[in-house]
Order: sequence, then structure tokens, then C-alpha cells
Amino acid sequence: MKMVAPVLTVLAAIIVLWYGATVWLNSQWTYDQAARAGQEVSFSEVVVDTMNQKRPVLPAPHQVAVGLWEGVAGQKITSKRSLVYHGWITLSATLAGFALGTGLGILLAVGITHSRAMDLSVMPWAIASQTIPILAIAPMVIVVLASLGITGLLPKAIIAAYLSFFPVLVGMVKGLRAPDHMQLDLLKTYNASKGETFWKLRLPSSMPYLFASLKVGVAASLVGTIVAELPAGATRGLGARLLSGSYYGQTVQIWSALFAAAALAAILVVVVGIIEQITLKRMGMVR
Amino acid sequence: MSWLIFAIVFWLAAWALNSWLAKAHGAERWARFLIPALFGLTILILWEGLVLGLNISPVILPAPSQIAASFAASTDILREDFVQTILKGALSGYLIGCGAAVVVAVLIDRSPFLQRGLLPIGNFVAALPIVGIAPILVMWFGFDWQSKAAVVVVMVFFPVLVNMVAGLAATDALQRDLMATYSASYWQGLFKMRLPAAMPFLFNGLKIATTLALIGAIVAEFFGSPTMGMGFRISTAVGQLDLPLVWSEITVAALAGSGFYGLVALIEKLVTFWHPSQRART
Repeated sequence: MKMVAPVLTVLAAIIVLWYGATVWLNSQWTYDQAARAGQEVSFSEVVVDTMNQKRPVLPAPHQVAVGLWEGVAGQKITSKRSLVYHGWITLSATLAGFALGTGLGILLAVGITHSRAMDLSVMPWAIASQTIPILAIAPMVIVVLASLGITGLLPKAIIAAYLSFFPVLVGMVKGLRAPDHMQLDLLKTYNASKGETFWKLRLPSSMPYLFASLKVGVAASLVGTIVAELPAGATRGLGARLLSGSYYGQTVQIWSALFAAAALAAILVVVVGIIEQITLKRMGMVR
Repeated sequence: MSWLIFAIVFWLAAWALNSWLAKAHGAERWARFLIPALFGLTILILWEGLVLGLNISPVILPAPSQIAASFAASTDILREDFVQTILKGALSGYLIGCGAAVVVAVLIDRSPFLQRGLLPIGNFVAALPIVGIAPILVMWFGFDWQSKAAVVVVMVFFPVLVNMVAGLAATDALQRDLMATYSASYWQGLFKMRLPAAMPFLFNGLKIATTLALIGAIVAEFFGSPTMGMGFRISTAVGQLDLPLVWSEITVAALAGSGFYGLVALIEKLVTFWHPSQRART
């Protein structure tokens, strides 16, 4: 509980700074309006006005909170304006992509730990593939797949998978190589086959590494899904919500979509963390 | 059809050669370069063979030779986009963001209270989909490279901050005691002991940030840009179904990304030559 007080202090400071920035950034518009109407405005009037503009440069925290609340609770879940609806679209693609990416990462990792040729040839390219700003080709992947008649969930999931496979791959390779020589030798004296070594030693001992990279991977696949929703005229999902907000200058909508995405990311990471704790506890690996 | 057969035969031959190389010469230096290079070449040939052999339309997937032709034909455009997006947008944002993160890390390192408060938040923010703020920053800073740099600043700030704070805490009590017996001042201790000790951590963050910087600069251009830049070119070329040009841009992005990463890794090697991970491997 030593953490709570400092974190709350910092959060409070951020909110205070945010309100300050709101007044500073939005006051220009207020002054312009007043000058056009030929009125003088006092400072307190400016402050009140900056908090309640319809299209502020920077919405005040309470405006974002209201926007978020209306998006989540103020609409029917099936409504096009409901953040739950858009969040669900994004979440389903994220989870599909995360599953694909994790599966691919684990498969590649198993291959790499068992084949020297694969280790030497695939690993450098897997690393190189991450220095490529892959998100940049997201719109192209969407367009190409759409021209093949594949639309909806799968294209987004592919991009999410591409982003999440790498952390899983690296973590799993490290994890599958984690057993030391003593343990491997022990299994050899038991005359264990390669498969038995894998299932009984390598896989269990890789679990802590796997979960650490799953947490990175799930956040990455959410980013991938959101970016995949930006281009190509997507109309559903949090990313599309961001884009339409920026087209029509609806800043409150952008910020609420952003916070919804942040909350989603936090929930996903926490869920993976909980699964991690339960699994490691049942395996007797909790430190 | 002959293309297809050639590609598959080449693939199998290269795979056999690679397996043999890995077994026979896997520990040697030249093999460590040759094997991945051969693997990359195989993928290119397989790609070329599949596209030509199966008559895949260039609108869906252009062959590497078409991409190379398009690359050679449009070097002017590519250079212009490279300057706009990578040099102006990504690089300036990267320098500002990483510099600010290092300074803030040194500042909050003096206060354990701030550390305990900022680190969880920094960790949390580093996991968020920060690209989402791109539309907001484009709205604030206009369409030109300044808004791209701003997105990059925000994207690289937190990973570098978190790593740098961890790095500044990486000295152990023995080392700090030694500095105390030398009666070193705070600044001497900082420059002679803690900053060098933080370098491996810092470079870890810096390397993560290189990719983030390119992603931020390119994605921010989807929300509005002048009529140049890699993100702009990719989205318009996709609209015109000029896929070879798109792939050329991707090639530039890949080369720039790898080069950027390699440059940071090289600097890391020069700065942290003393660290176990950098010492010559046998």
C-alpha cells in the first residue's frame, strides 16, 4: 500500500495540470467569440466557458468523463454511438489476433529450439521484422484482403497477430531454453524422449517467460487492431471512432475513444496477469 | 508453371544447404551471416516464383522484381518522403522525446516519492495504444512535420523514461559506498557512476523507441499531412492501386528502420563496451 499515496498524488497533479491546460488552450476561442460579439469577458467567465465548450481544443477531464459515461451507459449496447459496441468490435479482433500471434510465436519458438538451422535462419529475420514499422502497411493489408473478398474481423486480426507474435516468440525461445544442464541431464538419465523432455521439462519451465511476453503481446495486439481500424473507411471499432472524431472535430469523442482504448488495454493486461497468477500458483512456481 | 517449380526446387535446395551449413559450420562467423542471407534470398525467390507462377495480379501482391523496378523509377519521390517523414518527423521527435525522458528520469530519481508515483503510471502509459493521440496532436500542431514529431515525442517518452529510471537505480550499495568514501558530490556520483551504469538500460529503451518513432511518424500522417511523406504516399498509392510504389515505400521504411536500429545498436556497443552482453563472444 506504499504505492497508493504517491500514485494518487501524481494522478491529482496530472488532473490539475490538465485543467490548467484546458483553460490555456481553449481561452483563445472564448476571447475570439467575445471580440466578435463586442464584449469584454472577465477571467472567471473565461474559465467557466473553457470548461464547457462544444468543440474544445482540449476537453476538460469532466467532459471526457461525461462523454465516456454516455458512450458506455447512455446508449443501447447495439447503438452505433455506444462505446461498448465499438469496444467489442475492437476487442474481438484483438483477441483473435492475439490468439493467432501467440500460436504462431509458440510454434516458431518450438521450431527454433529444436532445429539449429531454423534458429540460425529464422531468428535474425524475426528480429529484423520488428525494426520494420509494420503498422505502416496496415492499410495496405486491409485493402488487399478486402479486394480478395476477406473483410471484417480477419484482416485486423492478422495485423494484431503480426504485432503480438514477436514478444511471444522471443519470450518462448528464452523460456524453452531456461532449463539448465542439470535438469536436461536428469531427463537424459531417465531415458526421456525429445517429446517427453518438451512436455515435462521445457514447456512447464517456460511458463513464467511466456506470461511476461503475453502481457506485452496483448497490449501490442490492441494497438495493432486500433491502427488497422484507422484506414480504409472502417466504420466500426475504437480506431474508426478516433478517425471520425478527427474528421468532424469532435474532440470529446476522440478523447473518450482514447480512454476507452486505454481502459481496454488495462483490463486485458490485468486479465492476463490474473491468469498468470492462477497458473503459476497451481504449478507451484509463485515466488 | 516453370517458375513455380523452379521456386520450390530452389526452396528445397536452399533448405537442405542451410541445414547442412548449420550442422557443419553453425559456430563459424561467416555461416552466421550466410545462413540468414540465404534464408532471405529463398523467401524472395519463393515470392517471385509464386507470384509469376500462379499469375497473381500485381494489385494484390507485386513480385519483388516489379517492386525493384518501381523503386528505381521513383527514387525522387522516395527521397522526398524519406526526408519529410524520417528525418524531419521521426528523428527530431525521437531526439526531443528521448532527451526529455532522460532529463525527467534524472530529476525524478532524486525523489523516491515521485518515483513510486510516476513509475506505475509510466509503465501503464507505456502499454497504452498511444498512437491514438495522433489525431489530437495533428489537430493541435497542424499538418506539417511538427505534429508528427509531437506524436513521436509522446510515443518514445515513456518507454525511455521507465528504462532510464530503472537504470539509474541499477547501482548497488557497494558501488555507492565507494563513491561516498571518495566524498563524491551528487553530480560527480551521477556522472561518474550512475549515468554509465544506466547506459545498458537506457539503450534498451532507445532501441525499442526507434521502431516506435517510425510507426508514430508514419501513422500520424494518416490523419492529415502535406502532399508528401511516407504515410501520405502509402495511403494515396493504395487508393490508386499502385501497389509496387507502396511496397517501395515499405522497403524504404524497412531499410530506414533497420538502419536506425543498427545505428543505435552501434552507439550502444561503443558506449557500453564494458557490459557482459557486449564483450566479444567466442
